[in-house]
Amino acid sequence: MSRLQIIKYRKYSFLFSLFLIIIGIISLAVNGLNWGIDFTGGTVLHFRIGQPFEVEEVRDILREFDLEGSFIQKVGHEGFFHEEKDEVIIKTVSLSEEERREVFQAFQERWGLNEEDIISQESVGAVIGGELTRNAILALFIATAGMLAYITIRFEFKFAISAIVALVHDLIILLAVFSLLRIEINSPFVAAILTIFGYSINDTIVVFDRIRENLKAMKKYDYFTIVNSSINQTITRSINTSVTTLLVLLSLFIFGGITLRPFITALLVGVVSGTYSSIFVASPVWVIWKQREIAGRK
Amino acid sequence: MNKKLKKGKGVSSRKFLLLFLGLMILLSAFSYLAYTQIVSHLKLGLDLEGGVYVLMEAREEDGEVERDTIERAITIIRNRIDEFGVSEPLIQQEGANRIRVELPGIDDPGRAIDIIGRTALLTFEDPEGNVVVTGANLREARFTQDEFGQPAVGLEFDAEGAEKFAEATRRLAGRELPIFIKLDGEVVSAPTVRNVITDGNAIITGQFTAEEVRDLVLILRSGALPVELVELETRTVGPTLGRDSRDRSLQAGIIGFVLLFVFLLVIYRTIGFIASFALGVYVALVMAILTALNATLTLPGIAGLILSVGMAVDANVIIFERFKEEYRSGRTLRSAVEAGFKNALSTILDANITTLIAASVLFYFGTGPVRGFAVTLSVGILTSMFTAIVLTRYLLRYLIGANIITNPSLFGVRGVDYVTPADH
Repeated sequence: MSRLQIIKYRKYSFLFSLFLIIIGIISLAVNGLNWGIDFTGGTVLHFRIGQPFEVEEVRDILREFDLEGSFIQKVGHEGFFHEEKDEVIIKTVSLSEEERREVFQAFQERWGLNEEDIISQESVGAVIGGELTRNAILALFIATAGMLAYITIRFEFKFAISAIVALVHDLIILLAVFSLLRIEINSPFVAAILTIFGYSINDTIVVFDRIRENLKAMKKYDYFTIVNSSINQTITRSINTSVTTLLVLLSLFIFGGITLRPFITALLVGVVSGTYSSIFVASPVWVIWKQREIAGRK
Repeated sequence: MNKKLKKGKGVSSRKFLLLFLGLMILLSAFSYLAYTQIVSHLKLGLDLEGGVYVLMEAREEDGEVERDTIERAITIIRNRIDEFGVSEPLIQQEGANRIRVELPGIDDPGRAIDIIGRTALLTFEDPEGNVVVTGANLREARFTQDEFGQPAVGLEFDAEGAEKFAEATRRLAGRELPIFIKLDGEVVSAPTVRNVITDGNAIITGQFTAEEVRDLVLILRSGALPVELVELETRTVGPTLGRDSRDRSLQAGIIGFVLLFVFLLVIYRTIGFIASFALGVYVALVMAILTALNATLTLPGIAGLILSVGMAVDANVIIFERFKEEYRSGRTLRSAVEAGFKNALSTILDANITTLIAASVLFYFGTGPVRGFAVTLSVGILTSMFTAIVLTRYLLRYLIGANIITNPSLFGVRGVDYVTPADH
């Protein structure tokens, strides 16, 4: 019943992953990541101008406050296809409440805005950014350790390590996509990473669970065959589950408004990569390790 | 014999049909109630409703901030916010010296931030810079007008304050010198003292608008903060953006759900229908639980919810795939359902517990929206296990027991040669 020879052709899937990872590492080295104010500290002002305007006009206003070096972006909320860009997002250094008010008053005078035209304002001090980074790294480590422990108890250590290898694979691919597309990284990104960890490991466990079951039921066969048929038995489920999740995520991406997009992008990448890694990374890693162990004994 | 068996079968299948319909009606009623009655009570986060989030840190010159100081500051901030009139504000201490304030649904965020964070240390000083009297001796502050009809702040000192004030004015009045009224170290006005004031009444005039006077009165009444508060993080979401995000994600969620139902129906036919129904119940249940927990639904929270729907489908898919396998291996529909559930159980448990580990770590380390996300994800995972393992199972068991649908292809099982002509 094993239609797909996934284990037999593992070299190709490994090469494919390696290729993606190398591209990712190059991009990370060259482009780096686009850290948002949640991590770096700073202020983001989002105003509705309500009429056509030029970025340079905004820059001229900011020059009065010595903020001409700020990042200025024209955005719009009017639908998905016809975005009427009558809003501006200004990303700059951390401003106090008073400074923010002065900047807004300058806009107010130029374009006749009122309080309602402040779509959003965010200001994060540098202290908070540092704390967030520390907490994020700590959270990732603790979550990984927790999963490692759980899988070791319920399965075995080798399964746990193979699952974590798949997770690291997903994390690198996620960072690579965000680096290549220059998408801004803010605190929800940490939530996205942990969710992807959860999702990817969920997928991997389903395959491992089947391997564990088949190890008992197919004692006559070698590891390669057992793992290959386990993957084949669970692949429909893996794909169907991904499709259902992707359907919902895609509709959120398309219809859900721009605030959610970076977060949804992370989840989309993670679901695809997580499904891929549970089939083409985690189990092959485990079976190679197992086979080596047997070869070592002989 | 044959007749008797048929009759017995009829009775039990009628019983199952009744159970099936009963359960469907019960669950539909519950979901209907949840969607119409409970959901409107669900608390929405600032990102969905608009509002202000401020994180402030108390800074003392010598570094240490005493516990009592923070508590007093919180009380004062609470008084100010109450006077300002915000429904359901959240004022919390975070760590040793931080205060977090969340004000949902206000339309003038800048003013709110100003009112919360201002120390409002009021002092009256003589020209030599000696403090005559401070805001600590205030009995009352009120809105009033000066002799030109301009808005002004009227002050009334308590007995001790009145005495100090009288003594100072007596000293200054003879020499026609001004008294400096300072707020947080800045001179607000410096009227010349002409008469000795013994009744403890004073007014602060300046180029104030009516709104500025109202705000000043408000913060003076609540008293000065015992410590300087430095703004660490501020997030303001305008009401338009909040409404926009809420409507859009709701709309996107509905579209996603419809697509999901279509997919499940196409792939899994009858059981897909049962699963779609269970999903509808699932979302109603999660909303009800979140409302009961008094949890706040944030934008990432909605995403977490939708992701957990994915996981709920997953649990069903695992069961269904297992069910198909069991059926292919020669079992009857009924025993395939039971075996499918039994064998899928440990997979679902293991897969979901690992995700729960991630969610609880998020809850512990996250703040604000991220924490909201962790809550919805956890509630979602636990509820999805319940709906998949318990609800779908009983619905499916009753449906198969009812014997209305006997064609396995209606269950999405194809390529099976056990289908007898009787089944068609």
